[in-house]
Amino acid sequence: MITFDEVTKRYADGTVAVDRLTLEAPTGEITVFVGPSGCGKTTSLRMINRMIDPSEGRVLLDGVDVTTIDPPTLRRGIGYVIQQAGLFPHRKIVDNVATVPYLLGWDKKKARDRAMELLERVGLDLKLAGRYPFQLSGGQQQRVGVARALAADPPVLLMDEPFSAVDPVVRTSLQEELLRLQAELNKTIVFVTHDIDEAVKLGDRVAVLRVGGHLAQLDDPATLLSRPADDFVREFLGRDRGIRRLSFVSGHEVGLRADLTVPVSTETAGLRDTAEPWLAVLDEDGRPLGWARTDDLPASGTLAGVPLAPYGTFDRGRDSLRAALDATLLSPSGCAIAVDDAGRAEGVVTREALSEALDRVAGGAHA
Amino acid sequence: MREEPLVRWDWIGRNWPSIQSLLEDHVVMSLVPIVVGLLVALPLGLACVRWRGIYQPTMSLMNVTYSLPSLAVFVMLIPVTGLATRATVIVPLVFYSLAVLIPAVVDGLGSVPDHVRQSAVAMGFTPLRRLLLVELPIAVPVVLAGLRVAAVSSISLVSVGALVGRGGLGYLFIDGWQRQFYTPIIVGVVLVVLLAAIADALLVLAQRLLTPWSRARGTA
Ligand SMILES: Nc1ncnc2c1ncn2[C@@H]1O[C@H](COP(=O)(O)OP(=O)(O)OP(=O)(O)O)[C@@H](O)[C@H]1O
Ligand SMILES: [Mg+2]
Repeated sequence: MITFDEVTKRYADGTVAVDRLTLEAPTGEITVFVGPSGCGKTTSLRMINRMIDPSEGRVLLDGVDVTTIDPPTLRRGIGYVIQQAGLFPHRKIVDNVATVPYLLGWDKKKARDRAMELLERVGLDLKLAGRYPFQLSGGQQQRVGVARALAADPPVLLMDEPFSAVDPVVRTSLQEELLRLQAELNKTIVFVTHDIDEAVKLGDRVAVLRVGGHLAQLDDPATLLSRPADDFVREFLGRDRGIRRLSFVSGHEVGLRADLTVPVSTETAGLRDTAEPWLAVLDEDGRPLGWARTDDLPASGTLAGVPLAPYGTFDRGRDSLRAALDATLLSPSGCAIAVDDAGRAEGVVTREALSEALDRVAGGAHA
Repeated sequence: MREEPLVRWDWIGRNWPSIQSLLEDHVVMSLVPIVVGLLVALPLGLACVRWRGIYQPTMSLMNVTYSLPSLAVFVMLIPVTGLATRATVIVPLVFYSLAVLIPAVVDGLGSVPDHVRQSAVAMGFTPLRRLLLVELPIAVPVVLAGLRVAAVSSISLVSVGALVGRGGLGYLFIDGWQRQFYTPIIVGVVLVVLLAAIADALLVLAQRLLTPWSRARGTA
């Protein structure tokens, strides 16, 4: 556990970057520091590994004041990932990853084996191990940065806007990778970002800081979104707060209609009279193929020859209501198809079912 | 005598042993200042990076030295190092190479990206290891670029030493000039240019081998 106890940082020029910050980052959880530029996120993070020492107060690592630990020793036990990855341009990828094991005096073979294992773990092609950093894309470099931080298996990981410099698609995959890794590794992670979406996606707990280094609110993401502590937090969360909250509502909250799905082998003749304007057509295995408009169905034959409209799906077990809403927007039918882990349709989510679920959720928490 | 050929090959043949020893002299007198210059520039450059305040004064001093005409400096040194000695030529050339190499070391260390330095700190490098394993290796391309300039100018400046009696291949220029005989001059020019070209090529090769990781700076 990392504890900030009344920590203040005043720089030489008088700037108060962090003001009497008190909070805990629990072991095995991701604690996110989020806030506008200049609010003291980086300063706070660096006081954990002593790249900066506090002016007042203490930072404790499992109860031990970090200023009592020799900086290089302390740092070798704390992984650190930054925005530009900070890879050593003159070392091959495998040696970059093995940096801390080398510093700890592991023998070369063991350090490299460990590095290869980690490259695999963060989802990198092992062919890249012999390359230099300039030969990698930004997203790949960032994965190497994560692998390097994990190389000596430190219990603590500090991440300073690690995914801000990559494009949104890569960022999403890196975020998911981090959550997957964290599920396996259970590190104590402090993650800095200025992106509230990233904060609520990754954080077990989110600390919102305001300029001057004051802690405005510390809560789990769902509570943060439903009950912002004050106007600053509310404004920082932005207009999309309602939509974001949907991310924390399970897909199971919404009711399904099984009667709107039909196998592709069904004869069209019997379907033309249904009151429903759209039907979700499934293949033999029950996977969605698309939407058929009932008014346009031919008089005879099966659904196999019918032109189908595009569809959106969401996984009820894994996805949130936000994904369900998104999926309804992708279909001309205005409905989303709920699928299981194997991609088989479980039923259809209609707009009515969705708004019913939204009403229920909105009733549960007053913003 | 009107029909005298531009290059008298027989003269080259007859004088080859002495040309060879002039060449050796030239190589030694241009190489030593570069090597000594590099050995001195490294600690001085590091000091300039560590204590920013001394960089400007050091460079002013170096630039003043650099602006002194080499001949004047050679002459001034004669009472100290002796007439027609290697030292008379080598000492000033060390200073000339310092004027190029100190900024090269400083700029080289300056070329280490801040985020790389920060991440070295964050991973638990001690300052000394950080310098030796991260900062200096990354500075190599810039330092080598400076070394190329220093090497070529050192090779060409040695010739001026001929005016104080010790100039390696430069002797051939004086000899040819005094006798209005072009062959030695041409031999001297060709060998000096060749020497500079070979030194430069070797340094480029060293750069390729030492820094396979540097792409854009590779040809600088
Ligand atoms: N070395 C320094 N000397 C003086 N002031 C500093 C120094 N480093 C940071 N500051 C100031 O301290 C405040 C907090 O800086 P910090 O880098 O912690 O912010 P941040 O929240 O990480 O911002 P960003 O999102 O832009 O990275 C800012 O006002 C900054 O200008
Ligand atoms: Mg920052």
